[in-house]
Amino acid sequence: MSLLSVRNLQVLFATENGEVAAVDDITFDLAEGEVLGIVGESGSGKSVTALSIMGLLPRPPARIGRGSVMFEGENLLTYGERAMRRIRGPGIGMIFQEPMTSLNPVFTIGDQIMETVRVHEGVGKAAQRDRAIQMLARVGIALPERRLDDYPHQLSGGMRQRVMIAMALICRPKLLIADEPTTALDVTIQQQILELLLDLRDEFRMAIMIITHNMGVVAEMADRVIVMYAGKIVEQAPIGALFRQPSHPYTRGLLDSIPSLADDRERLKTIPGTLPNPSALPPGCRFEPRCAWRVAACIASVPPLVAVEPEHHSACIRHGELAAR
Amino acid sequence: MGRVIFNRIAGAVPVILLVTLITFGLMRLIPGDVSAALGGISSTPAEREAIRKNLGLDEPAHVQLFKWYGGLVRGDLGRSHFLGKDVTQATFERLPVTVSLSAYSLVLTLLFGLLSGIVAALRQNTWVDQAAMMFAMIGVSMPNFWLGLMMIVLFSVHLGWLPTGGYVPFTQDPVGWLRSCTMPAISLAMLQIGLLARITRSTMLEVLRQDYVRTARAKGLPNYLVVGKHALANALIPIVTVIGIVVSLLISGAVVTETVFSIPGVGQLLTSAILNRDYPMIQGGLLYITLLLVGINILVDVAYAWLDPRVRYDGG
Repeated sequence: MSLLSVRNLQVLFATENGEVAAVDDITFDLAEGEVLGIVGESGSGKSVTALSIMGLLPRPPARIGRGSVMFEGENLLTYGERAMRRIRGPGIGMIFQEPMTSLNPVFTIGDQIMETVRVHEGVGKAAQRDRAIQMLARVGIALPERRLDDYPHQLSGGMRQRVMIAMALICRPKLLIADEPTTALDVTIQQQILELLLDLRDEFRMAIMIITHNMGVVAEMADRVIVMYAGKIVEQAPIGALFRQPSHPYTRGLLDSIPSLADDRERLKTIPGTLPNPSALPPGCRFEPRCAWRVAACIASVPPLVAVEPEHHSACIRHGELAAR
Repeated sequence: MGRVIFNRIAGAVPVILLVTLITFGLMRLIPGDVSAALGGISSTPAEREAIRKNLGLDEPAHVQLFKWYGGLVRGDLGRSHFLGKDVTQATFERLPVTVSLSAYSLVLTLLFGLLSGIVAALRQNTWVDQAAMMFAMIGVSMPNFWLGLMMIVLFSVHLGWLPTGGYVPFTQDPVGWLRSCTMPAISLAMLQIGLLARITRSTMLEVLRQDYVRTARAKGLPNYLVVGKHALANALIPIVTVIGIVVSLLISGAVVTETVFSIPGVGQLLTSAILNRDYPMIQGGLLYITLLLVGINILVDVAYAWLDPRVRYDGG
């Protein structure tokens, strides 16, 4: 049984032009200890997916249209706020893009880590403190007992993200959702944080869902990848297969836009155009207006995800020709 | 922290001196002096001149000013021309009245202002929010003397529940104090409640959108901690500034309210001192009010540093 299994999830947002689907009919699984990468540009629905799993979407304007989110066999979408609070922390932990603004500026980091333990486990102050010190040491913070009384503004960006990780993992969740965890950090620090996450995955045997727009991060971390475009999954594959045989023009575009030291092109390759307006989506394939491979059939109907090879699915009707190239 | 306090006190000294200078100048610009009030309507110009000479009012203005500053250095603010009492003594007889009224009003303001602001923010765009903001709007728009008069008409004249005015010291009779101060305190608090509720609502809305509030929810914290701890602690930083302003408004508003409810406070003392051109009383009374306001502002700054660790560590 998978740890997390999302089925036909649709998330709607109320806008001036009526309700639009930010996430539309997505289905995926995540096994215990697995690292799943979710890739896509801003607005593709990655973060909305993550927040709907956590039950953290602001409602209204957001609303779950249909679908289910099964975590350890229970549908989280049927959970009330109270039951959901017991999942957040001990079940699923989450870290965010901006470690500066994600930590509360007026409380010490010790207080912010310890309160999580207090709320979920109700242990005494000394035990909370020991746990916080251990966890800070584990995420690579030197002299943790002294850092406990520091405020977030006294730490560097990389240290803040380590604190965020310590806070998210202190109750030993089975799943960590990392929403662009390295985007706001220096390149050297990015590498350290990614390595730390992989180490912790092995040690705590937790699954990680890492959301990013950076193919390099995915290559480094993920066992399996989901590529999202305009609220839909357009391709999903094990990491090797995705890089060896990208089977959707959007995935190819993302891979081509990674700058490489090997070639001496003057300009980076980009995908022309922008994401479609969610209240005026193209009738067929949502990527069709930007696609170099488009044919008349693309606008006829929304292409379903089909198997390219076992475990590898693409939502492009020309995936066979793409593979041949 | 100690440095914050020291800097603020040092910065307040020139402010206080400037206020005394302006007070002195303004009073000398108003025509007439205390001799008319002391001598009575039938007094002759010669009699008035004698009174002036007796009180030292015939001396040039700058000499009077330096004499007053000389007294200030020695801690002597002089005697009231009109009351025949020491200025400090006269002020301190009245100060507890004004301070207790303002404090009562402040408690009401904090209680209802903060609460309705927070609730309105949590229930944004619902009828609760709209009702709270309409109430705040009414509070801000309604002149407090008018509200005071209307309350007297309703609760004192028609219903007979509360006295129309007067003052009973708290130390003498707490219930009597409550009865005499409740209407003045409410009429004084309405404006501040409206002001504070609106600021609290907009600040809370801003803070509730912040990433750290999402983090607090993502940790599985219960709502009372997310709102009451993580959001409120940040919202209080700007709110405290407004509370400082509110306190200043309360003390200046007390002057009018004391008149409406015939409460013998500092406001009444100063109003009659100004009407009688009782220079030492005005000068001294205003000095004490200034000290009070400056003290409150220092408290606000200290609270600011206490609430915001970034100020505490960087500002020094």
